[in-house]
Amino acid sequence: MTTTTMQRGEVGRSLPRLEARDKVSGRAQYMHALQLPRMLTGKIFRSTVAHGRIRSIDTSAARALPGVHAVITAEDVQRIIPEPYYGPAFHDQPILAIDKVHYVGEPVAVVLAADPHVAEEAAQLIVAEYDELPAVFDEVEAATSGVHVHEELKPAGTFPDLKHLKGRKGTNVALDFRLRRGDTEAAFKAAAHVFEHSFRTQQCLHLALEPFVSLADARQDRVTVHTASQSPSFVRIEIARLLGWPENRVRVVVPFLGGGFGGKLYIKLEALVVALSLLTRRPVKIALTMEEQFYTITKHASTFRIKSGIDHDGRIVARECEVWWNGGAYADIGPRVTQKSGFTAAGPYDIDNVAIDSYALYTNLTPAGALRGFGIPQLVWAYESHTDMVARALKLDPLEFRRKNILRDGRPQATGTVLKDAAIEAVLARTAERIDWGKPFDRGAGHVRRGRGLAVALKAVISPTTSVAVVNINADGSTTLYCGTVDMGQGSDTAMAQIVGEVLNLPAEAVRVVPRDTDVTPYDMGTLGSRSLFHMGHAVRLAAEDARAKLKALAGELDVPEGSNIPIAELFKKKYGMQAGNIVGTGTYKPDYVSPDAATGHTPNATPFWMVAGAGAEVEVDTETGHVRITKLVNVADIGRAINPRIVETQLSGGALMQLGFTMFEKMHVDGGQVTNASLADYKIPGLRDVPVVMRNETVDTTQANGPFGAKGVGEVSTFCVSPAIANAIDDAVGVRLTELPLTPEAVFRALRANAGKPLEDA
Amino acid sequence: MSEARTISFMLNGEAVSAEILSHHSLVDVLQRQFDLFGARESCGQGMCGCCTVLVDDRAVSGCLFLAAFADGAEVVTVEHLGRDGLSDVQEAFIAAGAFQCGFCTPGFVLMTHQLLDEHPDPDDETIHHYLAGNLCRCAAYPEIVEAVKIAARKRKTGATG
Repeated sequence: MTTTTMQRGEVGRSLPRLEARDKVSGRAQYMHALQLPRMLTGKIFRSTVAHGRIRSIDTSAARALPGVHAVITAEDVQRIIPEPYYGPAFHDQPILAIDKVHYVGEPVAVVLAADPHVAEEAAQLIVAEYDELPAVFDEVEAATSGVHVHEELKPAGTFPDLKHLKGRKGTNVALDFRLRRGDTEAAFKAAAHVFEHSFRTQQCLHLALEPFVSLADARQDRVTVHTASQSPSFVRIEIARLLGWPENRVRVVVPFLGGGFGGKLYIKLEALVVALSLLTRRPVKIALTMEEQFYTITKHASTFRIKSGIDHDGRIVARECEVWWNGGAYADIGPRVTQKSGFTAAGPYDIDNVAIDSYALYTNLTPAGALRGFGIPQLVWAYESHTDMVARALKLDPLEFRRKNILRDGRPQATGTVLKDAAIEAVLARTAERIDWGKPFDRGAGHVRRGRGLAVALKAVISPTTSVAVVNINADGSTTLYCGTVDMGQGSDTAMAQIVGEVLNLPAEAVRVVPRDTDVTPYDMGTLGSRSLFHMGHAVRLAAEDARAKLKALAGELDVPEGSNIPIAELFKKKYGMQAGNIVGTGTYKPDYVSPDAATGHTPNATPFWMVAGAGAEVEVDTETGHVRITKLVNVADIGRAINPRIVETQLSGGALMQLGFTMFEKMHVDGGQVTNASLADYKIPGLRDVPVVMRNETVDTTQANGPFGAKGVGEVSTFCVSPAIANAIDDAVGVRLTELPLTPEAVFRALRANAGKPLEDA
Repeated sequence: MSEARTISFMLNGEAVSAEILSHHSLVDVLQRQFDLFGARESCGQGMCGCCTVLVDDRAVSGCLFLAAFADGAEVVTVEHLGRDGLSDVQEAFIAAGAFQCGFCTPGFVLMTHQLLDEHPDPDDETIHHYLAGNLCRCAAYPEIVEAVKIAARKRKTGATG
């Protein structure tokens, strides 16, 4: 096994996760194990209507239940936080609903009790009455609807490019990103062929097995928040802003996460538990149930209209993209999803004339945020399905059509940023090879038919963002790393320890990675968007290099000859006369970035690195039932140089299987704003039996020149291409094209019947 | 609310007793009275397996299993497997890298113990049958199957050698 092989150097070594023993023995620290003396448990009472004015909230029966400590509504919250609105892009989300509710499931009141069962029982005794308002649920309708989710837009100061939206009224559009390159109108006119298609994706969710959980312990002049969060620094900044306190009076502590996937980003329950703890002067913990996760944050549903012009040689000469993102009732990070994914909405292709419009829409649904891909899986679903449809219509081989049109290093991407270290061609070639593209295979007979499909994609990392790290060499020579990257399963603690080990010539296992605690771990923008290994990886490398330089300086000061192998502990003893002192190395990393021009979306520097992925699928379709069996799935990615190849492979495999769920069956069913399948009994996620018969996960041999030890991010990349690769394979097998996710047996069967001229009647 | 009562049971090899209410689940009692957090409530419906506990050698969903029914039973949690270092299954999970966030891992480990106790040399279908009731959102499924096979091989060579 790889576990015992010790290579030279720490980078590139497949050691098991540092916390492996704790995780298999059930001892790893997650939030559920944390209880504090005098702690109260909160249970949230939620809105039952999608849009309405709150007429009354009757909490008397709940208050009267023995064991209930308090029942809190927005009125109480506003006594201590007069403007209790939070959010990363817009300050639009109230800690508890004020005057109005904007979606079914919005928190309206909280019952506090020492016994969680009592709190739960009491929450059911609250009665709220609403004057219902018309609601809007569809993202395309929301763009022009007379129903407005919010009366006025309230952008946060965090992002300068949202400032112009401040105070805007009578709209549901929270952001419109616009990109114009060349002259699409003229190019479409001149094109030999023009194709236009529309695609949709469904609302689904992260569904971490550890549901959202936060605990606040507020004292007179400081507050500690223990929380399952992917972004402790952001939580600290936002809580400090809400309270009007300096950052150093807010402490955010994050143990291991039982999964995150983008759900536990920015701020979720944290402001609520802080308010509750301040009001009661007792520690307050809220742990959501699985059902409540469906009312917290989701993946964006989307509609994508894509139009391409093709010349006689099979070159894509123009592409027009219009994308509507269903952001739900609060913006969360939706505007960033809208903008950043907009950069690459036209795909990994070299197209001279491009027009992209990407809209973030408010609707009366559960808010949507980032989910393992920041919108890219939704876009790739559309543009790679479209690419296949165009190729098939023109009787071109889908692989050759792609190969002819892909972007190559040195060419400008739609934003104008020149492509560098993006192995699109190699990823496409490897994907095709692994799925045996072009080779004959058994296409099946009777009611079982087989087909193959592939897809390729490109993503820009969110930028510009900052990471800070501290490496501390103790007086005995042992080493401690302080960094705010949250290990939610991706193995970041291990990878960061490997980087320290590489620089300081230590085994990674000897490096202590301090659990995230904003009182000691320095700033990090957040564990999101595949940014950590690149950004924090650099900060950690710089911190370790700084420590190494200081160690060298100390040796010089003590007249220790260069190259001497005197133990570090001896150096400290020599310097301080005893085992004492520290050497502290620091590192800060922020890449260069140029904001896109507001009118054209152009920027010479959209991203510090590109993520590239390919997927190939082989499927078996049962034409009698519409059932699709995935017999083979290959995932290929350009991730630069792997710091820990074994963990990289698990990440690629896990990401692809998660996307397989979003592709084949996961969907939140919503009726009048009410989610009707909000439980694991009714909402299926991939299990062991859903794993494709054959699965391969590979990386191409590349180096990210500006990455730490040649590395770049890997957390999202394998989610990009799974959906279109499977839909393309279904088309290849049975000649039907699905344009809406998920690809359920019913959807396949309906398409087969429609194709045969015998459409099923709607139920 | 219901009346309190006392139950007595064997917990990880020790005789213990606990004061419970009739609506308390086994996970409630393990966490709040015995500081055992390896069994976790996730879906609350017995669909995910995160709360798996062995009761009289059978894997049960601890979030649905009422504590009252543990009276007189023998209860084993994941913490007990590693009492003298790690169990062969736990070692195999590390060797195969069969987890990411680790939240579901104790459930998988306990279920694998039951699987291998009953089928020392399981084929893929048997592995799928036993583990299909455990969910892993990180989807480390291929690695989990690999871990089961490593553990099975180890037991076999241990038994014959």
